[in-house]
Amino acid sequence: MNLSFQIQGGDFTSAGTASSQVRRTLKELGVDASVIKRVVVALYEAEVNVVAHAYRGTISAEISPDKVFMKLVDEGPGITDIEKAMTPGFSTASQEVREMGFGAGMGLPNICRNADVFNIHSVPGKGTTVEITIQFK
Amino acid sequence: MTIHEIVSLVHGKILCGNVGNEDSVEYCFASDLMSDVLTVCRSDFMLITGLSNVQSIRTAEMSDLKYILLVRGKTPSPEMVELAEESGIVLIISPYSMFKASGILYQAGLKGVY
Repeated sequence: MNLSFQIQGGDFTSAGTASSQVRRTLKELGVDASVIKRVVVALYEAEVNVVAHAYRGTISAEISPDKVFMKLVDEGPGITDIEKAMTPGFSTASQEVREMGFGAGMGLPNICRNADVFNIHSVPGKGTTVEITIQFK
Repeated sequence: MTIHEIVSLVHGKILCGNVGNEDSVEYCFASDLMSDVLTVCRSDFMLITGLSNVQSIRTAEMSDLKYILLVRGKTPSPEMVELAEESGIVLIISPYSMFKASGILYQAGLKGVY
């Protein structure tokens, strides 16, 4: 099953809509609750990152019987130093993002911790692609 | 501790969600940082937060939480209440500060998640 969503940068009211739909779908499919939590926490952090940092982006989620593969592709400023961005506590988030309860520099580490496979690729000035795979068992 | 006991201790009010007399919670986590909430692996805790926007409800939804205690006398927006209802989340408000609400509930026996 494939799900896809469009995300608008700066649209904090809608941030989480895609993650919520993926959560609902996995619940309907009877996926274990602890696995669903890992999937949606990782996806929600990644979705908030796109809203917080990029101009726009897309999310695709491929759900197969044994795993889910999620890909987030955004158009935005990109990340110049990924290693630094992965450091817990490091953040370039705006005041607006912090007022929404994010921007504490825990997003990427949180995604990495929940994913079985996590890939991030970024071109400064163009955008960032994040790939997350989580096995169901 | 039952939810009704919690509501009474923090002089709170249940804004939405159905709470039975036996419904209870044993653990709490207090934070305004949603990424910190998302680091907690367990799901059987009540979130105490002063963050009054839809992302606190979304975070509870993603974390599979059932109860949010919104402190510091914040009035949630209609969107927040609607989203909480949709997600089956019980939203409780309290006029107390996060420190005071947490202290009272800790003293009464609620436990921290770590």
